[in-house]
Amino acid sequence: MSSKVAERLASVENVLLVLSGKGGVGKSTVSVRLARSLVRLGYRVGVLDVDLCGPSVPLLLGVSGRQVHQATQGWVPVFTDETQRLCCMSIGFLLQNQDDAVVWRGPKKNAMIRQFLSDVCWGELDYLIVDTPPGTSDEHLAVIENLKEYKPNGAVVVTTPQASGRILPAVALSDVRKELTFCRTVELPVIGVVENMSGYVCPHCAECANVFSSGGGEAIAEEFNVPFLSKQQRMESRLNCGATNTRHGAARSSAY
Amino acid sequence: MSAAVPENAPEHCPGTNSEQAGKVDACAGCPNQQICATTPKGPDPDIGVIRDRLTGVRRKILVLSGKGGVGKSTFTGQLAFALAVDPELQVGVVDVDVCGPSIPRVMGVEGERVHQANTGWQPVYAADNLAVMSVGFLLRESADAVIWRGPKKNGLIKQFMKDVDWGDLDYLLVDTPPGTSDEHLSLVQYLREAGVDGALVVTTPQEVALADVRKELNFCRKVGVRVLGVAENMAGFVCPSCKGESDIFPASNGGARRMADEFGVPFLGSVPLDPLIGKSCDHGVSFVEEYPESPASRAFLDVVAALRAQLD
Repeated sequence: MSSKVAERLASVENVLLVLSGKGGVGKSTVSVRLARSLVRLGYRVGVLDVDLCGPSVPLLLGVSGRQVHQATQGWVPVFTDETQRLCCMSIGFLLQNQDDAVVWRGPKKNAMIRQFLSDVCWGELDYLIVDTPPGTSDEHLAVIENLKEYKPNGAVVVTTPQASGRILPAVALSDVRKELTFCRTVELPVIGVVENMSGYVCPHCAECANVFSSGGGEAIAEEFNVPFLSKQQRMESRLNCGATNTRHGAARSSAY
Repeated sequence: MSAAVPENAPEHCPGTNSEQAGKVDACAGCPNQQICATTPKGPDPDIGVIRDRLTGVRRKILVLSGKGGVGKSTFTGQLAFALAVDPELQVGVVDVDVCGPSIPRVMGVEGERVHQANTGWQPVYAADNLAVMSVGFLLRESADAVIWRGPKKNGLIKQFMKDVDWGDLDYLLVDTPPGTSDEHLSLVQYLREAGVDGALVVTTPQEVALADVRKELNFCRKVGVRVLGVAENMAGFVCPSCKGESDIFPASNGGARRMADEFGVPFLGSVPLDPLIGKSCDHGVSFVEEYPESPASRAFLDVVAALRAQLD
């Protein structure tokens, strides 16, 4: 089965996983921004959303409600525009009603992910970005197992900066710590840590407030000896239309 | 699950719980046949054990959200602290987020251990009347990742329901991971006879979060759990330097209130984003006791009052 995955992904240059132990830190936002930034740099990019219970990528890419087409070669991913440089696959495209709950236990989720990896015809891609749900469970193991032969390039780990000092790691970080341990356990290289929501610029007085404290991402990257990639300053209030910030892309390309 | 015949089952499916499952003619060719034919039939005997174990628990409340990071654990922890202010009330918190347990830190009991007694696992007490149980207490080191698939998680959740010696409780709050998967299904299944009073659904105002929370509300409908109400977290931010208000996560689609109206469930209130809430959680203290003058404290207590009103 997994050789089918290797065959399918033969035309994909790089596979990156976006992970975080904690929910709501911006995995999907970072995935989408990363994708858009790479497209801007001239690459062809695909985004695979394996968060089956809470798919956010279609909404963030502005393609929610679209349908996936079945062709003879497999599922055709949804392209964001006519230039066909950015495409996406998500369970969100397979639901009859957007609000339907996907109430699935592990084995069914595993089967779906295997299908996503083996049946989607991505075509020629420079990057395939895999957006994951929070945690270290079925979905993550399914992705890692099915990609075993392909050998993904590595993981981008997203966190928010809650750290009350360097000695006491805080809530979001302690989950990210678990994710980094997970990467070690499954021998997935960590490309780096991205700290999101590093501060909020008040629209009234332009003062940057540290809504979720500061410094945590950097500290944890240091502790685990993995690169610290970027601080996403300011929470964009453009969460619904997909972001346009390229700072992240610049940070990524310099990290390479 | 009570619905024994899956939606996509072949015609004349006897139902997955039936003695005949996997054995009748209609099962031939069904991809699930092997599983149906080999799994043990009949009701799970542990469900009755769980009912007996939890007879001393008056109210069982699930804290749910389809979306991660909206403040489920924060809400659970702070709700428990707020309820436990009344020394007459006995409050318990159980954290079934196996892969990302935040409750020990939020409740200030990180690094504690669970003791085994004749009567069962002894929870950790954050205060005299506040008992806590979490997978976090069972890990050797807090950085250890729990890389478990569904069945193993279910086994642990069952143990949490079956083996913890809570004693008499007025409230048992169950903090869940994001999503609508193994943990949630198992909880509902295991607590079927013990009875769940309802679910508190937590969300943030932006559409990306609401889209997932709608799924959670549909999940509650599907499995027959009453929704006690929707609480909106991180609604608005007051700048610490100029006191100007702004929306970090703008409610482009009417926010949680409109979603609650659409689903015909109560809206319990909005709590603004206050960096001090996060700080309180990092230090494991009660936000409403530490900062009673904060607008977020008042808003939070209003939500607690609205929730209690739903229960009485």
